[in-house]
Amino acid sequence: MALVFEEAKAKIIEFITSKAKMKSKFYFNDFTALFPEEKGRDVKKILTQMINEETLVFWSSGSTSMYGLAGAGKHADGED
Amino acid sequence: MAKHKTPLLDQLESGPWPSFVSDIKQEVAHRYANPKGVDFQIPAECPDDLLGILELSYVEGETHWKHGGIVGVFGYGGGVIGRYCDQPEKFPGVAHFHTVRLNQPSGMFYKTDFLRQLCDLWELRGSGLTNMHGATGDIVLLGTSTPQLEEIFWEVTHNMNNDLGGSGSNLRTPSCCLGESRCEYACYDSQEMCFNLTNEYQDELHRPAFPYKFKFKFDGCSLGCVAAIARSDMSFIGTWRDEIRVDQKVVAAYVGGELAPNAGAYSGRNWGKFDIQKEVVERCPSQCIRFEGGKLEINNKECVRCMHCICVMPRALKIGNDRGCSILVGAKAPILDGPQMGSLAIPFIKVDDDYAGVKEFIEATWDWWMEEGKNRERIGETLKRLGFAKLLEVTGTKADPRHVKEPRHNPYIFWKEEEVEGGWQREISDYRSRHQK
Repeated sequence: MALVFEEAKAKIIEFITSKAKMKSKFYFNDFTALFPEEKGRDVKKILTQMINEETLVFWSSGSTSMYGLAGAGKHADGED
Repeated sequence: MAKHKTPLLDQLESGPWPSFVSDIKQEVAHRYANPKGVDFQIPAECPDDLLGILELSYVEGETHWKHGGIVGVFGYGGGVIGRYCDQPEKFPGVAHFHTVRLNQPSGMFYKTDFLRQLCDLWELRGSGLTNMHGATGDIVLLGTSTPQLEEIFWEVTHNMNNDLGGSGSNLRTPSCCLGESRCEYACYDSQEMCFNLTNEYQDELHRPAFPYKFKFKFDGCSLGCVAAIARSDMSFIGTWRDEIRVDQKVVAAYVGGELAPNAGAYSGRNWGKFDIQKEVVERCPSQCIRFEGGKLEINNKECVRCMHCICVMPRALKIGNDRGCSILVGAKAPILDGPQMGSLAIPFIKVDDDYAGVKEFIEATWDWWMEEGKNRERIGETLKRLGFAKLLEVTGTKADPRHVKEPRHNPYIFWKEEEVEGGWQREISDYRSRHQK
């Protein structure tokens, strides 16, 4: 079944919010687990759209990348 | 005049090798002198503070860099690596010191005006310090601040016709040898393939969705100028499946001393007369060459394409005509599980104009790894954990004796129940009728 953006977005935000006390950054695999019936590439399209509308942001250590809600978590000064 | 005393770093300059400390000091002096009157967009003292903070780390034996961050350019999840210093008051020039990776041109061919543009850009909007090239092969621009990132990205993409490279859990900047542009050994056009796949997989390069990093490297032949077999998760190494072409007259010219072996390399010392038996025949790893009666014969079925004989006598021996590439999977550096070389997955594939077969293999491999790979697990580790046979299964590749590293010692082969006659259950009485306890 094709993912509907608004529904998938709500589910992703709900998931991130439910974990907010413990962590602010998530691996890509955390999101594919939310949609076990869907292909990873389709989940990626939803995440990309959320990045483009600036609901989510990428976080990168240089070697590993994660996703988080914009503005959530601790950031270094000047990091926006 | 440098701001910080750096006795420990100064000591590094005393060795016999060119020193990065000397390079940075040169940039420190250049930025303070500023002969071109550049309106530096990040502090002129940036390289000076870089030396200062490094000296402090040497003294204290601990780093002062905070690792990672959300810096990036709009829509991209890679290409910029955030770096912040935890002593910004002492070292304001490196309070931000982000790295920017740019996709290098295939084969690293540059025009001087491009290099000038690049250096001018980095002098204006960065530290002036570069690393040409990083381990993956890309152009690494060291040290800038967050407000400069979009400016740099705009300049690079609009005025320099270039793009950011890869970082994070992405496809990393693909890298290739100079291939057919300069090299007679190239078995396929490695530059074209690198360029094609870079464009095809832009989404994988810029928007991270892999479990961890993934590197492509393209070597035109097994001499491996970009060391694809050791440094890339998926290596494409040129090869041929017919015979090495031998010109016996030219072989005789090498034997007679008319031509210098190794194209004249190693000529700085007298190694004596060229000895084809010792220098070619006995050096063949699969012992498939013989030289008798003035004639060189190669048993091509046993040849492992190491190309040593071709390198020693390049004018007499040439690569075959039926060319393509081998695909190997799983090489990585030793962070977990020790280093791994790539494992041969596709012994030979023709390199067509549209790379259809290659892309089919790549995508099937990624789909499997994205599904099964653990977070921060390289595909070489997934292969070890789940078995090489699984990769063959998901990519629809028929098992081949060339997949076996050595008999009875291959950790990749795991039998499935349906592949074993009688499955895991067997009639024990039948077995006992033939074998005592």
